[in-house]
Amino acid sequence: MKWLKTIFSSDYGMLGVLVLLCVFFSWITFEEQQPEGGDAADSLNRSISKDFNEPGRVLIAGRKTDSGQAFTTRLHGLLIAAGWEIAGVVEGGPPELGKGLRLAFDQNQSLDVLACEQSFVKLAVLQNFRNSEAKMSDVAVMSPESSYWPNFLKTSNLLNVANQIAVIAILAIGMTLVIITAGIDLSVGSLIAVSAVLATWVIREWFGGDEATVGGMITGCGLAIVACSALGLFSGSMIAFFGVPPFVATLGMMMVGSGLAYMLSSGLSIYQLPQSFDWLGRGDDFGGLPNAVVLMIVLYLLAHITMSRTTIGRYIYAVGGNPEAARLSGVPVKKILLWVYASCGALAGLGGVIMASQFKSGDPKYGLMYELYVIAAVVVGGTSLSGGRGKVFGTLIGAFIIAVIQNGMNLTGVQSYTQKVVLGIVLLLAVLLDMLKKRGWKMSI
Amino acid sequence: MTTKPSQLLELKGIDKRFPGVHALKSVDFELDGGECVALLGENGAGKSTLIKVMGGAHQADAGSLSVDGLVQNWIKPTDSLDAGVAIIYQEFNLVPGLSAAENVFLGIEPQDFGWVRKGEEKAKVREVFKRIGADINPDALCDRLTVAEKQLVEIAKALVREARILVMDEPSAALTKKEVEQLYLLIDDLKEKGIGIVYVSHRLEEIERVADRAIVMRDGARVGELSREELDRAKIIEMMVGRKLENEFPKEIRSPGEIRLSATKLNRGQKVKNISLNVRSGEILALTGLVGAGRTETVRLLFGADQPDSGDIELDGKKLILRKPRDAIEAGICLLTEDRKDQGLVLGQSIRDNFGLPNLKKFSNKGWINKSAEADSFSDYIEKLQIKVSGHLQLASQLSGGNQQKVVLAKWLERNAEILIFDEPTRGIDVGAKYEIYQWMNQLAKAGKGIIMISSELPEVLGMSDRILVMKEGELMGELTNGPNVTQETLMSLAIGEKVEQAA
Repeated sequence: MKWLKTIFSSDYGMLGVLVLLCVFFSWITFEEQQPEGGDAADSLNRSISKDFNEPGRVLIAGRKTDSGQAFTTRLHGLLIAAGWEIAGVVEGGPPELGKGLRLAFDQNQSLDVLACEQSFVKLAVLQNFRNSEAKMSDVAVMSPESSYWPNFLKTSNLLNVANQIAVIAILAIGMTLVIITAGIDLSVGSLIAVSAVLATWVIREWFGGDEATVGGMITGCGLAIVACSALGLFSGSMIAFFGVPPFVATLGMMMVGSGLAYMLSSGLSIYQLPQSFDWLGRGDDFGGLPNAVVLMIVLYLLAHITMSRTTIGRYIYAVGGNPEAARLSGVPVKKILLWVYASCGALAGLGGVIMASQFKSGDPKYGLMYELYVIAAVVVGGTSLSGGRGKVFGTLIGAFIIAVIQNGMNLTGVQSYTQKVVLGIVLLLAVLLDMLKKRGWKMSI
Repeated sequence: MTTKPSQLLELKGIDKRFPGVHALKSVDFELDGGECVALLGENGAGKSTLIKVMGGAHQADAGSLSVDGLVQNWIKPTDSLDAGVAIIYQEFNLVPGLSAAENVFLGIEPQDFGWVRKGEEKAKVREVFKRIGADINPDALCDRLTVAEKQLVEIAKALVREARILVMDEPSAALTKKEVEQLYLLIDDLKEKGIGIVYVSHRLEEIERVADRAIVMRDGARVGELSREELDRAKIIEMMVGRKLENEFPKEIRSPGEIRLSATKLNRGQKVKNISLNVRSGEILALTGLVGAGRTETVRLLFGADQPDSGDIELDGKKLILRKPRDAIEAGICLLTEDRKDQGLVLGQSIRDNFGLPNLKKFSNKGWINKSAEADSFSDYIEKLQIKVSGHLQLASQLSGGNQQKVVLAKWLERNAEILIFDEPTRGIDVGAKYEIYQWMNQLAKAGKGIIMISSELPEVLGMSDRILVMKEGELMGELTNGPNVTQETLMSLAIGEKVEQAA
């Protein structure tokens, strides 16, 4: 048990939890994987050249789908290069396969191999040929070998996890700063809606909707982010200048924001947007990583450096740890609070823009309840709600813990209602751990 | 007169370790009914740990604790109370939103199936309050009570639970002179009733007044015991610090120079009324008076922590407008607050971060902190001020009072402040560190800085300052040039309200 305590006591103790979760979900989603497309062709080509020393005559069969065609085209090229004679290429289902085989046999030559995708092997049409056609017994039916790999660990799934959490993770940066100052910002979910609606509204109304230029789109998104930052600044000034409790100030802003988003959009979705608007949310121009994920990583690096290397970061911790001592040490406490809430608003605005880009529309229903997931990510990441302590990368880990749990449950077919229960319990456990850590692993009495 | 059950409380060979610290080294302690034993020692000597063991808040690693000869094994905090031991910590354990009576009976309410018998409760509380001479309305909310009244509520709480052993941690820390006198009378009275009292204090003169015996601790071990007859300041100090202190106050002869900081007719609410003062270069100006006389409120104006309703502040002849502490800091004025925990330090952060906080402008370039410059500078101060730390990243909360004060001092020295305001600089600080802080004040004065020292400890005021201002209820009662003809009595008579014209 001692090592467990050591892990959880460290700053990034939750990293251990994240790794354990990944291991767990890898283990229970460990399944037979069928290779697809070009990979399948490569794998089958290897098996064929292993089994046959001399090239012979081959019939290639694949489905009439994108990946099936990728398979047949690639295998065709590979086998020709290896000196095989191609008896034919079948694209389609059982009838096409039957026709193809019939054709291959009719040419009165022996057929050595039927190279097909996995799904063809058990087709009844092959059994019929075996019964009726003597030559069929000489034909080796070969398909790409299947392998074993966790569904969870597939590249596509991992990218999916990252992409799904990007918006929450970006918002959670701002929330981390706010919570380190011993505050809270409940308005971020509404600000997502404000931003998504405002950005798309500006693009539709001012820049001609789906005709809009890149400049127009950037202006719209920029305006949305600035507006959200201003709303955050407003909450911040209520807190800094009038001493309104952050919970109340941002609760008000949450309602205001949501209302504004509905007013602006008349409660409807705004979808008159250019094709290229989904660049930020769906594109992947950086070595296969989704653009939103790249942006998230960059922002986390920036935030980490700000918090650990700059005066503003130091001041944020001081304001959260002891505002009076900070003020008496010459820290501009009010300015720091304003800065933090404005940044949190701006990041929420950016989150809204990403979301609008992902769905290629702006809708006032976006971001509903997101504040809770964002706060959960921060808390799970080990930032103390009482302020003064916390790490930006901890929050990233927290966000990923939530994303991995959600994704893992989706993969294993857990119902969405059950998922909520599990996430709630995870949040409680995280807070419990934080408390135990603070008390030196003793129960309170 | 005293009933004497043999060895009411006995601790034998108590040993306690925390990670990295050997807090108690085989400590023995014994207390009879009807006696008052003073527990002495510098901060960090292990007094707090020892009384926490007595109260069951800590479990000893080795050794035994017995009450009336019965060895105790406490698990819950209430176990010690059941055995008759009550601890009154410096920070009271009272619920601010409940009345005095409700606090006294908290957890042991007289009740019928959950219904509190309020009448009975109040009657009993009145009776206890009468017994201890407390003039407190049982219905008064606790957060409206004065510190002294809260202390009495705590004592009443212990008596209602039939405690026979009362451990008081620095009971006089926040009391006025008069309240402390009343506390002594109460202690005498409790002793008569056979209650054993452990009295923890830094103030040596109190020990001489109240204790029958003193047990001295140093570095987690019991280093000696003094009977009433042997109680003597010099001896106690020698035992506590393990060396002889030539003089408690390293007073130096100085000749103050030009006026540096001057304030004219400062006013703020009821706490600061028409206060004018000035500090010269190379001078230590003491500001004294009873707690609540408006001294802290006055210096907060000089530091920009609060804004005056009226009045002017000048530094080196230039008028200052101080809207926030930052303005004062820029001008070269700094304040070492009385309450280091709430105002002086960000406890949850490392001492180096605390040190850097007002100096980040110096250690940064366009917002980027140069951590190595900060660390180098801090290392210098650790050496110069002999701050005892395990490393730069140690949390401020983990230091003793004296070392915390030194970290605060370091951060202002680095800031190169010209005017240093010390608010109760040695409160809660042990004798050895006190002496070092006095030496630093002297050195700073020698370097031409202006120093204002708020202090309630009259020996400290007389021992350190060049000039003394006495305040009462927000008003300046008198200004005295320190000299042989100024005595504690002179100061006290001013502080309690006999205004005299400019003396000597």
